[in-house]
Amino acid sequence: MKLTLKIWRQEGPRAPGRLVTYPIEDASPDMSFLEMLDVLNGRLLEHGERPVAFDSDCREGICGMCGFLIDGVAQGPERLTTVCQLFLRHFENGVTLVVEPFRSRALPLIKDLAVDRTAFDEIQQAGGFISARTGSAPEANSIPISKEVSDRAMDAAACIGCAACVAACPNGSAMLFTAARVSHLSLLAQGHPERTQRALRMVHEMEKLDFGSCSNHGECEAVCPKGISIDFIARLNREFMKASVFDTMEPVRKV
Amino acid sequence: MALNANVPAGPLEKKWERRRFETKLVNPANKRRYRVIVVGSGLAGAAAAASLGQLGYEVLCFCFQDSARRAHSIAAQGGINAAKNYQNDGDSVYRLFYDTIKGGDFRSRESNVYRLAEISNAIIDQCVALGVPFAREYSGYLANRSFGGAQVSRTFYARGQTGQQLLLGAYGALSRQVAVGQVRMFPRSEMLDLIVTEGRARGIVVRDLVGGEMTCHAADAVVLATGGYSNVYNLSTNAIGCNVTAIWRAHRRGAFFANPCFTQIHPTCIPVSGDHQSKLTLMSESLRNDGRIWVPVQANDPRHPDEIPEAERDYFLERRYPAFGNLVPRDVASRAAKAVCDQGRGVGPGGRGVYLDFAESIGRLGEQVIRERYGNLFEMYDQITGEDPYRRPMRIYPAPHYTMGGLWVDYNLMSNVPGLHVLGEANFSDHGANRLGASALMQGLADGYFILPAVIGDDLARVSPKDRFPADHPAFQDVRKEAQERISRLLSARGSRSVESFHRELGELLWNSCGMSRNRKGLMAALERIPSLREEYWRDVRVSNEGEAFNQSLERAGRVADFLEFAELLVYDALERDESCGAHFREEHETPDGEALRDDARFGYVSAWEFAGIGRTPVLHKEPLEFESAHPSQRSYK
Repeated sequence: MKLTLKIWRQEGPRAPGRLVTYPIEDASPDMSFLEMLDVLNGRLLEHGERPVAFDSDCREGICGMCGFLIDGVAQGPERLTTVCQLFLRHFENGVTLVVEPFRSRALPLIKDLAVDRTAFDEIQQAGGFISARTGSAPEANSIPISKEVSDRAMDAAACIGCAACVAACPNGSAMLFTAARVSHLSLLAQGHPERTQRALRMVHEMEKLDFGSCSNHGECEAVCPKGISIDFIARLNREFMKASVFDTMEPVRKV
Repeated sequence: MALNANVPAGPLEKKWERRRFETKLVNPANKRRYRVIVVGSGLAGAAAAASLGQLGYEVLCFCFQDSARRAHSIAAQGGINAAKNYQNDGDSVYRLFYDTIKGGDFRSRESNVYRLAEISNAIIDQCVALGVPFAREYSGYLANRSFGGAQVSRTFYARGQTGQQLLLGAYGALSRQVAVGQVRMFPRSEMLDLIVTEGRARGIVVRDLVGGEMTCHAADAVVLATGGYSNVYNLSTNAIGCNVTAIWRAHRRGAFFANPCFTQIHPTCIPVSGDHQSKLTLMSESLRNDGRIWVPVQANDPRHPDEIPEAERDYFLERRYPAFGNLVPRDVASRAAKAVCDQGRGVGPGGRGVYLDFAESIGRLGEQVIRERYGNLFEMYDQITGEDPYRRPMRIYPAPHYTMGGLWVDYNLMSNVPGLHVLGEANFSDHGANRLGASALMQGLADGYFILPAVIGDDLARVSPKDRFPADHPAFQDVRKEAQERISRLLSARGSRSVESFHRELGELLWNSCGMSRNRKGLMAALERIPSLREEYWRDVRVSNEGEAFNQSLERAGRVADFLEFAELLVYDALERDESCGAHFREEHETPDGEALRDDARFGYVSAWEFAGIGRTPVLHKEPLEFESAHPSQRSYK
């Protein structure tokens, strides 16, 4: 099949960027979008041109390393799909597609389609954990957790941290990402002791970084490749409000 | 040089306790003076970095991905084993130990495997405490499922994303240590070499993949948890970034490489669809619990699977192995699939595939139950192939998946180079010639959470942080210069062929000569071809000349250069091991009914190879395997 790609090319964070058109003449419908870029890169290299930089690793939709905008949609037009699992059979022959990096102040561009998502790690470091020292755990079945609650926690825990939610949000908010982790851990009994501090710390960190605020557009849920529900944002808001009323934030301590 | 496996004396079940008691402890006040480097942030690396940080050591952790959370452990689907015996179905530490050592075809070290089984229960406890949302029953207690090769139900799982959830647990623990300043994290950083001087690992050379700068990092101990090398076959189920570079460079600096030819070919992967293929996708073998594997009885049968009546289907695993049926170990299932495809009975494009059929289970249990168990896997299959597995049987074919071989380590997970510790898939220690399903996650976490933190004191007690080399020491700078020269040479490569084309050629060569089955003639031919391919690579490869900063073509070029060196060792090992065992199937050695024929008298040892220079025959050291408790028997799954 034939496609025309208009790909954002930018040598580095401070270099000027522009869209460059690349015709693809002989793609197979069984190729993933990234495999098509691999083939394009092979050709660019052959002609002495610079290949398109883009991140990817597992190529089975779970590591969260890949992601960009296709025609303005984070992770492309297929629902519940990362670009590594987006196969060309979903596109019409002869289509023109605009391929751009995630655009958000909190996700600075590195090169072409690759962006820096360090801010996500920083939100996690602020409180996205349960402080269970290795060796201190009680017998695993000593705390029964109802199947419904556990399944709900798993729904939130499925987040792959790809940042499509931030890229899709008109405010560049990381609420869905933060809400997923806060909800996952606060739903489970093991996560209760640190529940209030976790919500305070993670929300505070998110606000400190260059993310915007949530104003309930719901774009994040629409693009999320793992189908994380914005119900978790409501849960985060409840957790955060309760925490702000009853507690004040403290720093994470060594023990 | 004699290999000392450093196994504690005493009965099997007392060895680990004894070692923990004998181990030198580092005074809590001194721990913060010691610095440990951990390379890799998967289950083994993240668990080790977090646990060492908790103990008070200063830890530097490196990964090539943009975040520690993306290491390839994340892609493990099926589950993690433990001997909890929650199902009351006769499981025990001893049974898990025995299954693992038998599954490994008696080519692993008994004491290590026993310890793994012993620690397995604490891993589940730890993971639950960290918030891993394992599947639960309606009672609220943890659920289990049975998994390839086991007759008890001992596998814990989180939908089809167990690796992801375990890794996010370890990543959480690691994030906490980063927050309190015990661990410094270096993402997008690739280890390019190891510094060994005066008989000890002193630090590493690292390239920052964003800026391109090369830096040296010194430490009192270096831990490699850099995963496996299945990507030497080019197409495998590994992430495209997975590579052999860290352990290969350590091998070149003196660390012995053990059993490199023990490579696991996973039976249930989605078949190749074309030349553009960048990786192969695994379908968890938990699918074999409810799916039945078959091919048409007739060769080259063009019919749609629905049109093939029951009598004209060959459920070849159920037929050949009535006791285990579709649940035989991975190596057995893979070879059987290859055999029927070699007979021309394979299905799908190219005839390289067999059906994995859920129609019977859907009829018996209902579609909803199957959806609950495997929903995400079915979606993934549909997404990749465009076929709906609820309506039409899946097509699967074996693919390289896991490497049992790795750097040789002693009981304390230290290589023969003092100060160099190796964890997880990167070492050789626990799976022998074949790994059982749901055991990789168990081993990675055992190594990282519990084993290394308990014994690293023995190694650290030999050195004082005061004697740590400064990173500008000439020994560091010499190695850095070498690594820099290699990078510069690749950057100026203006040949006619892409890195990928060489990788593809190497992969095909190995897949055909040293894949699911091997023979002397094929291995000899591969040994002849690899050096010339390597020479062509350095003469004719083309790398993007965009400079050192964020140059992905350069990253790949370095990794493939190391695969081209390592491949030769893999083939040497396969040639030397003139027996069949586990995943290593030499066609010269099979039982009359086509099973692997072991030769314990001649090959009851671990092959630990010493580097002798590129193009030179590596030197073989043997660690004899002795079995006090589990007596080698011929594996039989009939």
